[in-house]
Amino acid sequence: MGGVRVLVVTRKGAFILSSDGKREKWDVSGPHFAGWEIYHMKGSSVDPNRIYASQTSGWFGQVIQRSDDGGKTWFQPGTPAGEQTTPDGAPKGESNKFVYDASPETGKPLTTHQWYDGTQHPWEFKRVWHIEPSLVEADTVYAGVEDAALFRSGDGGKSWQELSGLRGHGTGPAWQPGAGGMCLHTVILDPSDPKRIYIAISAAGAFRTDDGGATWKPINKGLHSLYIPNPTAEVGHCVHHVAMNPKRSNVLFMQKHWDVMRSDNSGDSWTEVSGNLPTDFGFVVDVHSHEPETVYVVPIKSDSEHYVPEGKLRVYRSKTGGNEWEALTKGLPQQNCYVNILRDAMAVDTLDKCGIYFGTSGGQVYASNDSGDSWSPIVHDLPGVLSVEVQTLK
Amino acid sequence: MIRVVLPQHLRTLAHVGMEVQVDVAGNVTLRSIIDALEADYPMLKGTIRDHVTLERRPFLRFFACGEDLSLESPDSPVPEAVVSGAEPFLVIGAIAGG
Repeated sequence: MGGVRVLVVTRKGAFILSSDGKREKWDVSGPHFAGWEIYHMKGSSVDPNRIYASQTSGWFGQVIQRSDDGGKTWFQPGTPAGEQTTPDGAPKGESNKFVYDASPETGKPLTTHQWYDGTQHPWEFKRVWHIEPSLVEADTVYAGVEDAALFRSGDGGKSWQELSGLRGHGTGPAWQPGAGGMCLHTVILDPSDPKRIYIAISAAGAFRTDDGGATWKPINKGLHSLYIPNPTAEVGHCVHHVAMNPKRSNVLFMQKHWDVMRSDNSGDSWTEVSGNLPTDFGFVVDVHSHEPETVYVVPIKSDSEHYVPEGKLRVYRSKTGGNEWEALTKGLPQQNCYVNILRDAMAVDTLDKCGIYFGTSGGQVYASNDSGDSWSPIVHDLPGVLSVEVQTLK
Repeated sequence: MIRVVLPQHLRTLAHVGMEVQVDVAGNVTLRSIIDALEADYPMLKGTIRDHVTLERRPFLRFFACGEDLSLESPDSPVPEAVVSGAEPFLVIGAIAGG
């Protein structure tokens, strides 16, 4: 029987929750990077002991951290922990350097995007929102950043190069920041096609590359957003998250600002599947590991009230690929609960009975070891949770 | 030898105590102190000043001898007491709640 490692990052540090395959008793380690805001942490499927973390701060900027021992120890790639470096022969400390590629040879000019007031504003790097390790190489890893762009490292995070075809897409001047900033928050690698990558940006929409990141196309046909001047525009939609079952990579599910959507053709077109949800605003969406038509969302009251409706924390599950949803409440608070669940804060494991995990703005991490039928808190007093990922260990 | 006092989070990042000492060749200025600090502790690159513009991060300030040096030119000389090692050069994070 395997085990799981749940990677939880919060506004004040990171935590690693470990259990055996029963997922009933948990060991908690942390806080790692105590006091720092950690936006995302994700392990490599090629080498599960390889974990990357995005440590970010309004004071000190962006720091990339890496562990090669399953999260026991951490270092900045290229600058090993505790190493007293010197000017000659020293590690370079370049792992934190995210510079938009505007070079004549490979880059796109550093143009402008739409600002909150409708004026144009230059691209400015702020932080890494999402780290996505390659499915085939432990040293290859992608980073989705704010202001929206996709970076790639081929040396385990020591250095980063922008895939500038995305930022340089002709629609760039129409992209605009959502309330959380103009972030590239979702990166999905297609296991059946190594050159296909999906990304999503708030608020530009979803994009796909079929050539390894050189060129990109917006995949927002069918999205309808009343809050933008042209509700069916090619770009400008506030996509909150996209999820895919790796075994059926042409089917995508999306939680948009409002609306839960589904695509059966790799994002070429979308249809709404919000169905009987109490509200179709939300952030997270995920898909069962073994049942590609079983989907999970957590409805949030509205874009003005970022908490669950009626004071009840309810995960909604559809076993029909959307439209028909059932509330999952067993083990979840059903009164006086006003938490939010952010876009990267839900994950699924791949054990026989699929485990589902999510973290809340109130610092709780809930787990289900029976596909959502019942839930229990692993921890309930962490700082506000920003993201949750899970590794299924052999 | 220039004494530099770092805020807590940068001490953790650099695996050092509150104060480090760096050698600065030539004129001792804000820029040359940070250059020397980053050369000895490259994990601090990008944390005190921006990687590209080399501008001080807005929530950090530079102090020495009771003076706020943050708005001085990066090439301005620092007080003699810092050069002699009598007083430290302080990197201070803005105080903010949360």
